[in-house]
Amino acid sequence: MAQKAIREFDAKSILAKHWDKYFPNFSYAYETVMVQNGSELKKAAKEKTWLKGKTLVAKPDMLFGKRGKNGLVLFKDAKPGDVSLAKASSWIDEKAGEKQSVYFSFDGDTPSGEAKVDMLTHFIVEPFTPHSQEEEYYISATCVGDDDVLYMSAEGGMEVEENWDKVTEVSFPITATEEEIEKKIKASIPKDVAAKDKDAFAEFAIGFFRAYRELNFAYLEINPFVLQGKKVELLDMVAKLDDTAGFMMREEWGDVDFPTSFGMEEKSPEVLAIEDADSKSGASLKLTILKPEARVWTMVAGGGASVVYADTIADFAGIEDLANYGEYSGGPTTSETKFYAETVLDLMTRTKDVKGRDKVLIIGGAIANFTDVAKTFTGIIQAFELYADKMKKVGIKIYVRRGGPNYEKGLKDIKEAADRLGLYIEVYGPETHVTDIVRMALTK
Amino acid sequence: MAQLYTRDTQAIFWNNNASAIQRMLDYDYTIKRKKPSVAAIVAPTSNSKFDKFFYGPDEIMIPLYRNTTEAKAAQPQADVLLNFASFRTAYDVTMEALEIGGFTSIMVTAEGIPERLARKMNATAREKNVTIIGPATVGAIAPGAFKIANIGGTIENIVQSKLHRAGSCGLVTRSGGLFNELSNIIAINADGIAEGVAIGGDRFVGSVFIDNLLRMEANPEVKYMLLLGEVGGTEEYKVIEAVKSGKIKKPVIAWCIGTIAKYYDSGVQFGHAGASANADSETAEAKNKAMKEVGIHVPASFNNLPEIISAVYHELHAQGIIKDIEEPSINVCPSVRKSKQFICTISDDRGDEAHYCGYPISSVATPDTGFTIGDVMSILWFKKRYPRWAVDFLETVLKTVADHGPAVSGAHNAKVTARAGKDVISSLISGLLTIGPRFGGAIDDAAKYFKYASNNGMSPNDFLNHMKKEGIPIPGIGHRIKSLKNPDLRVEGLKKFAAANFPSTPLLDYALTIEQLTTSKKENLILNVDGTIGILMVDMWRALGYKDDEIDVFINAGALNAFFILGRSIGFIGHILDEKRLGMPMYRHPTDDILYDVKLAENL
Repeated sequence: MAQKAIREFDAKSILAKHWDKYFPNFSYAYETVMVQNGSELKKAAKEKTWLKGKTLVAKPDMLFGKRGKNGLVLFKDAKPGDVSLAKASSWIDEKAGEKQSVYFSFDGDTPSGEAKVDMLTHFIVEPFTPHSQEEEYYISATCVGDDDVLYMSAEGGMEVEENWDKVTEVSFPITATEEEIEKKIKASIPKDVAAKDKDAFAEFAIGFFRAYRELNFAYLEINPFVLQGKKVELLDMVAKLDDTAGFMMREEWGDVDFPTSFGMEEKSPEVLAIEDADSKSGASLKLTILKPEARVWTMVAGGGASVVYADTIADFAGIEDLANYGEYSGGPTTSETKFYAETVLDLMTRTKDVKGRDKVLIIGGAIANFTDVAKTFTGIIQAFELYADKMKKVGIKIYVRRGGPNYEKGLKDIKEAADRLGLYIEVYGPETHVTDIVRMALTK
Repeated sequence: MAQLYTRDTQAIFWNNNASAIQRMLDYDYTIKRKKPSVAAIVAPTSNSKFDKFFYGPDEIMIPLYRNTTEAKAAQPQADVLLNFASFRTAYDVTMEALEIGGFTSIMVTAEGIPERLARKMNATAREKNVTIIGPATVGAIAPGAFKIANIGGTIENIVQSKLHRAGSCGLVTRSGGLFNELSNIIAINADGIAEGVAIGGDRFVGSVFIDNLLRMEANPEVKYMLLLGEVGGTEEYKVIEAVKSGKIKKPVIAWCIGTIAKYYDSGVQFGHAGASANADSETAEAKNKAMKEVGIHVPASFNNLPEIISAVYHELHAQGIIKDIEEPSINVCPSVRKSKQFICTISDDRGDEAHYCGYPISSVATPDTGFTIGDVMSILWFKKRYPRWAVDFLETVLKTVADHGPAVSGAHNAKVTARAGKDVISSLISGLLTIGPRFGGAIDDAAKYFKYASNNGMSPNDFLNHMKKEGIPIPGIGHRIKSLKNPDLRVEGLKKFAAANFPSTPLLDYALTIEQLTTSKKENLILNVDGTIGILMVDMWRALGYKDDEIDVFINAGALNAFFILGRSIGFIGHILDEKRLGMPMYRHPTDDILYDVKLAENL
């Protein structure tokens, strides 16, 4: 996926790093730290003296919003704006100490939908900033369809989804020039922005939108930001980066983290290993584990074909039986395919089917354009050789369908290998409809 | 333009992806194209001028260029760019091509181009009316006319899937692998495709479904269309609108893959980067339903696609809209081909009589043919017949350098070897082996440095300073004894010939201004015979219309020294024959002519 969410702390750090370029006439104190526990915060206070000198706000920094409604923003001890370093540290330790329930949608203030439960591991701590509601504004930018869209509102800190009528929306084609953009933004400042702030708002919006574009953000939102003359506070930020631009943004982004979102299962070592192999290869290797104890495993070549196989399995057997989704394509080497096959076979042979049925391994694929079928199948065969005993113990039926360069040899080799190793196998070529092996495997 | 490609379409292939290019040429040969579909290859890091590829059983050479500008200038008829650059450079390559102009379509294969760059590239192309195929695609094909790179797979599969001749379906997919699969399904259940495009798997692709379908709607070869969409995005709705509004009238068969995605939350990415539903309307199910509602032929599942294709095809066939196709004859690529180890572009000994660049030997050999040895040199060395004045000059050079007495190192070596009882060839070679930077080699360097200086507009003073910085004595300047007052008559002869016969001698004129400066410092720093030859050669080639880089190729190949080698061989052989005739004994150098200074070797 090209668009990846980043932490609020990283979003602020990236803006701060380039502040003078995009907001030369504004000041931003960039008083913010990210910590994982209370003692880290105390340690940080040795360098960042404002942590001791000012009262604080603390909240989790883990890609989810609605932290206030979830009761996860610390801004008061006895009364608003009195949070000390000691209080913030103990609060963080308390919240990080056990699993927390987080709701993602609310009906008014009442949570709706299901909560996700997970540990809180990252917190962002900043000074408490006294300001009036009138000084709070909203701004965000993203790509909609083919255009970039800038959203601005005089109502900061609100639930934007519920207040779309208060948001001004301006869209720009990708080819718009700097001058066109400036002109259009200046002409589109929301009417209810205070008269004294109008010019500053426009200037800030222009810098913001330029930063969004030039730093390759896929989404950038400040809700709210506080405008006090030329002094700016970024109270809450949400951002996504286009990670395909990573190779040219190494310097600009610095050391940025792409965490998994709260409540998502941690990626298994197997998935991480495939991701690592994928990043080092010119070919594509993808693996998602859906239900590791399920019966049907796939090892499908091609991004499109893998989807068709998954669709067909769901059509025939529902998703209860589908263990994984994944694909390999783009001409992987024999050793890459071997590694991929080993990973799948290892996962697949850990447990027997709970209902005692045979497991099913679909080695599918369309007619390849340039991937050498015999070469990739050699990798799969090598993995068979390592896992044959385990495969027989668990009970696995293998169904193969593939076409493309060298497919006759590939199909012959895999059939011979399976027969030699005593594995159940059925092998089909391009004369059989691409997904027909799913029907054969699942309706038996 | 209703058709994306024709049988005359030629491409510039950016990046020397040899196996993909070979597949294109195999296809060309199979369908009996007149010209290869790849006119040029851009290979930024290669020093070669061409690469060899098979064309059926034979081999052809496809020219290589360092950049798109050069390739397009040399092959202006090639209006398709196949951009096989990596995701890091694919954007720059496309934008450069759009800037150069003259391309009608650009295919971009890289996956994962930064989104902003992909959007800008796509929008710029759209403004310039250039069709982008991709990014993240395997390409497109117009069966029987033109095929991009690897699309369609092996040549066996292409013929099996009827991609070698036009059928009647217009095929548009996102996925490249399924494109092949569908071609096969369409060949089995109908009569193959008329045009097909895999638009690419990235979120932002250049030409989208509707662009391609509208073109196919206008293409009379296409009788019905098949669209394979995917979960995510709203592009299918543009097609639905076009069907509704009557912009698309031909029957459309369509299916969106990714129906499984509804079972999982957005954390699971099915398929391509572009495939992620952000709204209910973007799910495969919703799109399949909406397409069905406007009368698009939508199967119950991907597994049922073959039946629908068959039904639509047979109905159109029954109505007489689709006619039976007469299967064309094809060439069969030999399965075993041997690459040629050597290439020869100057002479040919096959046939009745050997040729020198197309001239039978008998037509150049005898005096009555009007050919002299200089003519033969110009043909065999430079593959062109030079005008008389230039031929005369070549011969003048040979004659001028033929010998310079027995004392020079080469002649001395040849004589010593001959006296050791060795044969002519050994003796000649031992003489030739001395030719290099200190003996005879100044011709190359003089040409090189003087040309460099004049090209860069250096004043004589600048040039002297430049050479001083380089730490090299100026090649072609200086003589042991000769000076302006006591000129080298060989040099005078060459200059006189040039003045009388060359159209102009700008480099010589420039060199003489240098000579004025150098001789003002020291009398014998004159332009010597090596320098004069090298410089006049450059003037000759320029007058013959060669471009600077072509002349550099000659100089770098050593063609100038070759004149010295050839000419001086005449003299060396003379000395060798002289020794043999005189029956001179073995030569041993007198010990009193050697300073002996030998000390006991140290123990380490």
